[in-house]
Amino acid sequence: MSSADTILKRKRRTLVLLLAPFSIMLSVFFLIPLGIMMVYSFLEPGLYGGVEWNWYPYNYGRIIGWPLNDFEEFEPIYLKIFLNSLQIALMTVICTFLLSYPAAFWVSRMKGAKKNFALFLITLPFFANLLVRIYAWLLLLRPTGFFNTVLQSAGLIMEPLDLLFNNFAVIIGMVYILTPFMFLPIYANVEKLDYSLVRASQDLGANPLQTFRRVILPLTAPGILGGSIIVFIPALGNFIVPSFLGGSKVQMTGNLIERSFLQSRDWPFGAALALLIMASVVILVVIQLNRQAKAEARGVS
Amino acid sequence: MNFLNITSARKAYRTPEGGFIHALDDVSLNVRNNEFLTLLGPSGCGKTTLLKCIAGFEDIDSGNISLEDQSLKGVPAHRRPFNTVFQNYALFPHLNISDNVGYGLDVARVPKKERADRVEEAMELVGLKGFGKREPNQLSGGQQQRVALARSLVLKPRVLLLDEPLSALDRKMRENMQIELKNLQNSVGITFVFVTHDQEEALAMSDRIAVVANGKVQQLATPTEIYDEPANAFVANFVGTSNIFTGKVVEQNGKNLKIETANERQVLATSDHFNLGDQVQVILRPEHMKLSPDGNEISECCIEGTVEASIFVGSEMHLHVNVGKGRTAIVHHRHNRGDEGERIEVGTDVKLYYSPNAAHLIELVED
Repeated sequence: MSSADTILKRKRRTLVLLLAPFSIMLSVFFLIPLGIMMVYSFLEPGLYGGVEWNWYPYNYGRIIGWPLNDFEEFEPIYLKIFLNSLQIALMTVICTFLLSYPAAFWVSRMKGAKKNFALFLITLPFFANLLVRIYAWLLLLRPTGFFNTVLQSAGLIMEPLDLLFNNFAVIIGMVYILTPFMFLPIYANVEKLDYSLVRASQDLGANPLQTFRRVILPLTAPGILGGSIIVFIPALGNFIVPSFLGGSKVQMTGNLIERSFLQSRDWPFGAALALLIMASVVILVVIQLNRQAKAEARGVS
Repeated sequence: MNFLNITSARKAYRTPEGGFIHALDDVSLNVRNNEFLTLLGPSGCGKTTLLKCIAGFEDIDSGNISLEDQSLKGVPAHRRPFNTVFQNYALFPHLNISDNVGYGLDVARVPKKERADRVEEAMELVGLKGFGKREPNQLSGGQQQRVALARSLVLKPRVLLLDEPLSALDRKMRENMQIELKNLQNSVGITFVFVTHDQEEALAMSDRIAVVANGKVQQLATPTEIYDEPANAFVANFVGTSNIFTGKVVEQNGKNLKIETANERQVLATSDHFNLGDQVQVILRPEHMKLSPDGNEISECCIEGTVEASIFVGSEMHLHVNVGKGRTAIVHHRHNRGDEGERIEVGTDVKLYYSPNAAHLIELVED
């Protein structure tokens, strides 16, 4: 065996050793549970919780409309809840984007200490507990809360507005929690945007709008897509925000999953719901990765 | 009618310390139609600022920039009939080469057929035919440079502004591109305003050179005038190497002057502009001084000194000669093959001969 082979072998052994802890953790705490969930989602729910080891595809059937006729009925409410979750997640993505995109340009143009301070402010909310932050919104939005009190005493409204326990409240909560996740990837992208390209575009006769559409937007698209996915995934599966700010009126798939596992003890059904969410997310990520690979082939990252 | 005219342009930047830097300090410049004009100066002299002001990326504080007597004040960069070739090329990484070249035509909504023809024509002009489908990062620096040129030329600008476009290329490539750029300018008949800090580049390519320093135009003239008759000591030192002796005219015989220099040497020169008793600076180029008289020089026309250092650079031997009171003169002594035997040792006493016609006189300014 030549020495080059030995070196290669040693390198490979080092690599395996370095990757081992992470691989073990990932498989024990993620892949194996995922496998269990997949199996469970095709099993019959037991009468008192647990599972019966019978082939039972109707957990999915209940959700997407092909039920076991005599026992379970197709309930369009699940699809409705899923669609509402999609809608809330999409709105969250759009709102966090609209907030983050201009802010990222603004911060990227700051200098030194000012810039670091701005970045610190953006991560500041992480320092407080999630529940505390959501509870604060409950206090702000409720009929006797801050906004209604101010608006009423200003004489702008006669009766308190319904700000709480609707999609609006849930979206506000989501946007509040998830904006940093949109901001940071966009900022990382905007930060390295080469302004000489903007100049070149102007120089070649493009007005500001054309420059934005033809140069700035395509060059920051990877950051926007990255941020959108990182916001979309937790928004779609979130159950804390809707249970606080949506009350009993706004149900998201996350709440449904939580209830199936913890209250109805219908694990197969919960597993089916969770996997459906995961499937929709995976489809989105694959689309993104494809686009990114194409962009990278062109030297844009 | 004036073509591109800059009158009394001023531009100041605030420094972080609260002071001001006068990037442009009363600059007036008249660029002629179809000429290759170079703005030459050290970095930070204001030449790039001037280019940006012409392009419309920056506004001048006062003064005026006009094209064919139409003021460009308030005209944004994208409406000016000028295009820029940037130092780092600034090619759009998300577009392929033909879309980069066609960018200006696309934003101007030029019909498809015409766009395709003009892109093709421009790519051929810069020698990149058939590269249209490639991506910018697949091209070498020189090729990217050509794309940047094609992208600007395809729009047929009135003036092409070039911001140190060759500085990122290696030496051989740079020399090739100099010739190509000059030929290109001749064939397309577009006015080029070229910014560089490289004096050889400026001398090689330009119809006229504006030497810029401290926000002011020091001299605007043809390359030979700039080299042979520098307007002041800065130009003399920045363009080529100069030996400058300060002194006083002590003898006048018509055009023939004798100057007594501060280091107690006497220099002969011919000039119409100076009289007995004038304080002057004498500029002698290193290649105009020789170690032995060859007929044109008269024997008394020489400066004595001692060799302090001799540096071999290939085609020449550069001698540093102490000519009294610590003043060093630099002499470029032509090197012939097999000269090794007559290599001049440090410490040798030499006489430096020159022709009085080679000495250029300028007024002594106190600064």
